[in-house]
Amino acid sequence: MKKQSVVRGAAASPYLVWSLLFIVAPLLFVLWFAMTDRNGSFTFENLRSLTSYSQTFVMSVGFSLIATAICLIIGYPLAYCMSRASARARNILLVLLMLPMWISLLIRTYSLMALLDNGGLVSSFLVRLGFRKLTFIGTEGAVILGMIYDFLPYMVLPIYTSMTKLDVRYVEAAADLGCNGIRTMFKVIVPLTVPGIISGVTMVFVPSISTFYISQKLGGGSFDLIGDTIERQFQNAVTYHTGAAISLVMMILILISLAIMNKFSDGGEDIVV
Amino acid sequence: MKILSKTYMALIFLILYAPILVVILFSFNRSGSLSHFAGFSGKWYGELFRDGEALTALKNSLILAVVSSLAATILGTLAAYGIDRAKRKWMARAMESVSNIPMMNPDIVTGVSMMLLFVGVANVLRREPFLGVWTMIIAHTTFNLPYVILSVLPKFRQMDKSLTEAALDLGCPPVKTFFRVELPYLVPGIVSGLMMSFTLSLDDFVISHFVSSPDFRTLPLYIYNQTAHEVKFSMYALCTLMIFVILGLLIAVNLAGSMGERRQRRKAGGK
Repeated sequence: MKKQSVVRGAAASPYLVWSLLFIVAPLLFVLWFAMTDRNGSFTFENLRSLTSYSQTFVMSVGFSLIATAICLIIGYPLAYCMSRASARARNILLVLLMLPMWISLLIRTYSLMALLDNGGLVSSFLVRLGFRKLTFIGTEGAVILGMIYDFLPYMVLPIYTSMTKLDVRYVEAAADLGCNGIRTMFKVIVPLTVPGIISGVTMVFVPSISTFYISQKLGGGSFDLIGDTIERQFQNAVTYHTGAAISLVMMILILISLAIMNKFSDGGEDIVV
Repeated sequence: MKILSKTYMALIFLILYAPILVVILFSFNRSGSLSHFAGFSGKWYGELFRDGEALTALKNSLILAVVSSLAATILGTLAAYGIDRAKRKWMARAMESVSNIPMMNPDIVTGVSMMLLFVGVANVLRREPFLGVWTMIIAHTTFNLPYVILSVLPKFRQMDKSLTEAALDLGCPPVKTFFRVELPYLVPGIVSGLMMSFTLSLDDFVISHFVSSPDFRTLPLYIYNQTAHEVKFSMYALCTLMIFVILGLLIAVNLAGSMGERRQRRKAGGK
């Protein structure tokens, strides 16, 4: 038995070493770069200098919140419709939903750009209909649309999962007791799918707020989101300290919001039980 | 109501697929226009295959995907074994949470943190930063690990532990027990973890963007680079090819998964 426990310990050790070296250590390096200057001495200057990026932060949060809200508004009914389909149709719909998640986001963003391009299908169609020539690329709308398009499946999937777990008897009971469709939706179905909504919101908000190629490709370079700022700091700047500080702040913000969301979803489940 | 819900689903899925279908269709366009389809032609594919840089990127992508998915599968399977058998429960929980970090963190933070690790180590060693093939392999292995653990760990948890105990009681050494008794049971999980890693590695752009150097470019990096300023139709051809490769891999994963399950059910039924 002793021999087995030795083997057991040894089995996980390469992974332990690996995760210490390449998961934990890199995060410590972010902290280290964020808190030091060029000469390696301790400073708060990098963090203090972030105040000049406050506009970027506000714009990124705004864009991501709008995109997340629209994803929820579009995605929730979609998840509901999918969960109501027949078992066979559900499987097909699920595959259709998950396929785009496997195609590189870069390729999908690039595809959307092809569609919205100034000489692209959408704009030439609108011109043919008699509209004046519209420019999509380079507008706020295009960036937000890009976020919605890229991340919508990530909103729908967790909501769909919690919809299929939902006990239909609750819905039936509500109907039996004289609750109409809309009231059942908001009093029974929505509260029971809160965990799905929360993980959906997280899965859309986190990549939206950290993206840089969506704003580069669809924003035509006229919008600087947090991701763009970080990317530029690392690709062009001579020192990495400011970029590290922005990354650190973003990581902490995301961890805090994840923690709040988790708390929220636990609370929601308690009420339900 | 039924019609309304069907129409809604059809509309959303149409929007979700329209851009991809447009790229696939226009990659065969004879003319260089994004709005007018002039007839089928393979000329953009011809241009793509004469593009030496694209072929190098393809080779790099394949090397990277093979090496990193194999490394992640071996490390991740061993890790799942350790997590499943850990005596101290907090240890197992800690290992699981650490493996979730790259999944929870935005890709850009994972990419930046790994780049800083490599740059920081190079600083300490007073050397030039050494970004390239090795840093790419390390980064890809790292972000693939949680997916392997996620697909192998449930198999360990579902496994009948009495089989292992029986083998050990009958005097089979632990390592041999692992290979003869446990491993065959885990194969479906391991295969799906491997394929998933391969796909993720082939697809990844953000993390690669930070830990690569211009002399080791993968296909997504090449696409990003080529499309910075202008529309290039050979890139539509490349995107189309990548979409079909990913679809093929997904079908293979599902076939492997369902075949493994069927075999197990047959075995269980035969008892």
